[in-house]
Amino acid sequence: MNQTPQLLQGNAACAAGAIAAGCRFYAGYPITPSSEIAEGMARRLPAAGGVFVQMEDEIASLAAVIGASLGGLRAMTATSGPGFSLMQEHIGFAAMAEVPCVIVNVMRGGPSTGLPTSPSQGDMMQVRWGTHGDVPSLVLTPGSVAEVYELTVAAFALAERFRTPVIVLYDEMLAHMREEAVLPAVPDGGVPGRRRPAVPPARYRPYEADADGIAPIADFGSGYRFHVTGLAHDDRGYPTQDPRTAAAHQRRRLDKIASYQSVVAPVRTLQLDDAEVAIVACGSAARAAEEAVGEARRRGIRAGLLRPIVLWPFPDESVRRTAASVKALVVAEMNLGQITREVERAAGGRVPVVPCHRADGELIEPEQILACVEALCPAGARV
Amino acid sequence: MGDIRRFLRPALMPHILCPGCSHGIVAGALLRAIDRLDVAQDSVAVVAGIGCSSRLVGSLDFCTLHTTHGRAPAFATGLKLARPDLHVIVLTGDGDGLAIGGNHLIHAARRNIDLTCVLFNNEVYGMTGGQLAPTTPGGATTTTSPYGNVEAPFDACRLIAAAGATFVGRGLAYEPAVLEDLFLRGLRHPGFAFIEVISDCPEFYGRYNGLGSPTAMLYGQKRAAAAIDAPLASGASTLLHESDAAPAAVPLDTGVLVEIERPEFCARVRALAAGGKSR
Repeated sequence: MNQTPQLLQGNAACAAGAIAAGCRFYAGYPITPSSEIAEGMARRLPAAGGVFVQMEDEIASLAAVIGASLGGLRAMTATSGPGFSLMQEHIGFAAMAEVPCVIVNVMRGGPSTGLPTSPSQGDMMQVRWGTHGDVPSLVLTPGSVAEVYELTVAAFALAERFRTPVIVLYDEMLAHMREEAVLPAVPDGGVPGRRRPAVPPARYRPYEADADGIAPIADFGSGYRFHVTGLAHDDRGYPTQDPRTAAAHQRRRLDKIASYQSVVAPVRTLQLDDAEVAIVACGSAARAAEEAVGEARRRGIRAGLLRPIVLWPFPDESVRRTAASVKALVVAEMNLGQITREVERAAGGRVPVVPCHRADGELIEPEQILACVEALCPAGARV
Repeated sequence: MGDIRRFLRPALMPHILCPGCSHGIVAGALLRAIDRLDVAQDSVAVVAGIGCSSRLVGSLDFCTLHTTHGRAPAFATGLKLARPDLHVIVLTGDGDGLAIGGNHLIHAARRNIDLTCVLFNNEVYGMTGGQLAPTTPGGATTTTSPYGNVEAPFDACRLIAAAGATFVGRGLAYEPAVLEDLFLRGLRHPGFAFIEVISDCPEFYGRYNGLGSPTAMLYGQKRAAAAIDAPLASGASTLLHESDAAPAAVPLDTGVLVEIERPEFCARVRALAAGGKSR
């Protein structure tokens, strides 16, 4: 990819990243503020030899993505809050049936129709717990246009490797803003594809996993005939009510993503080494937090930023380590405290966890975060 | 003709259908039609939703996808677009296809994507224990219409024909040989083929509506069927559910009701890629 800086919109970077990652199927339904991703894919996919289809709703969109993925194509959809809510059943299906796919959720103000053209981080928990049952969850949260590109590519790498749905989560601000971006090169040979069966069709069992919990997947029509269902199933994919079989596969689906950090590092930090106050923030909120860190430092407060790149699984270990080295944690997020409780849990009572929230359709501002930081550090106690 | 038992998965027998259910007759006719289609077993994919008829998919030894309630046509659309070389068959029921999944069915018909969709119409939700369906005749008793159905039922064939399907047919579990021919014509049709099959649920529908034994219900289908190959467009049709009279008391059209040509969706999408469209 072009190493020279370019002026690029977040949603355009998402579409570019998907194409670079080898995505060759997109199914979607128009919704603000994600529609530019669909528009970008509709323009780009034919020339790339791929397929774009606008479906009748978001339920159908993810269904078509799963169908195309079983046909062997790297596949994605993109949406926003209301559409993402509609997709929940099929996120569970993709997790249960272990079908690789990428879902982009561009957050807008909620609940319900909410604030369609405004930024928000109101879906931090829905991405994790929106579907029924216990599912593995891989959610990436870019904080810049370049990161939207980078993490869209990473999402495909994770989905293909772990045979599971992966969510890219950002918001209206990042979706629609344009900034200078240097797009990182996709490694030679492109994003590695899904693991293929090493056994002949007669011996293939679509849910018989290797030692790392990942089962090779064949394409429909490749000579391997198999059954895919959302019902609890055995190694062969056949429905089962057997508690031991159901439990074993349930556990395996959750455990198989354990090595996700080999694909993408869970956090990025700013001036955290000597920090006495750490701000925890991701996405748009982290951009404001970055400003706040700079201003706090100018005012003599050793502030730093811990920025989850992988939101789920929640970076417990990074938060725990940070909590051990600072005096307080400030959680800045554009909702009423969804990640704050996760930080409290991971910090385990070692230090105070101070909420810094905004959920009115406006961006959280550096001044609000700075005020939270300053309140923790009285003027006399500063360096 | 080969032995259609090669299309079954012995590991998933016995099947889960109730004694007296017509669905097995319909599935048998479909498998014989697939046999006559004479294509590689690996090139057939069957996609189904949720319900008694959809549950058949697990018993079939093809590439099989048992999806969510009502959404099979959408999953099948993605699969067929990714793999136009596959013969993709959708199995659905009247609740699955016409209630929760009605939207997907009409849009698949509108696109004229090359799927063969078989809708098993037993006029009730069987798997969940006999609740009201969008095909339940007026006045009929179900567990959720204990005082008689006060809703009007859908005519599936008229609905899907109006949505743009290029092949629409209706058959009866009573006439498996006719049904087999109908399936074969649908499978060979290059576009969206929709075939509604009148199938019986003696356990959760017939029993509550005084329709007699499974055999008596099958004979009832025959009595209700009027003309073979009567075109839907003739205007002369008298359809199953046009009155609120007793269930299945009105004649219904069977046979091929629509068979027209229109450009197929996957071919049109692929033509964009082949033309190297880029803007």
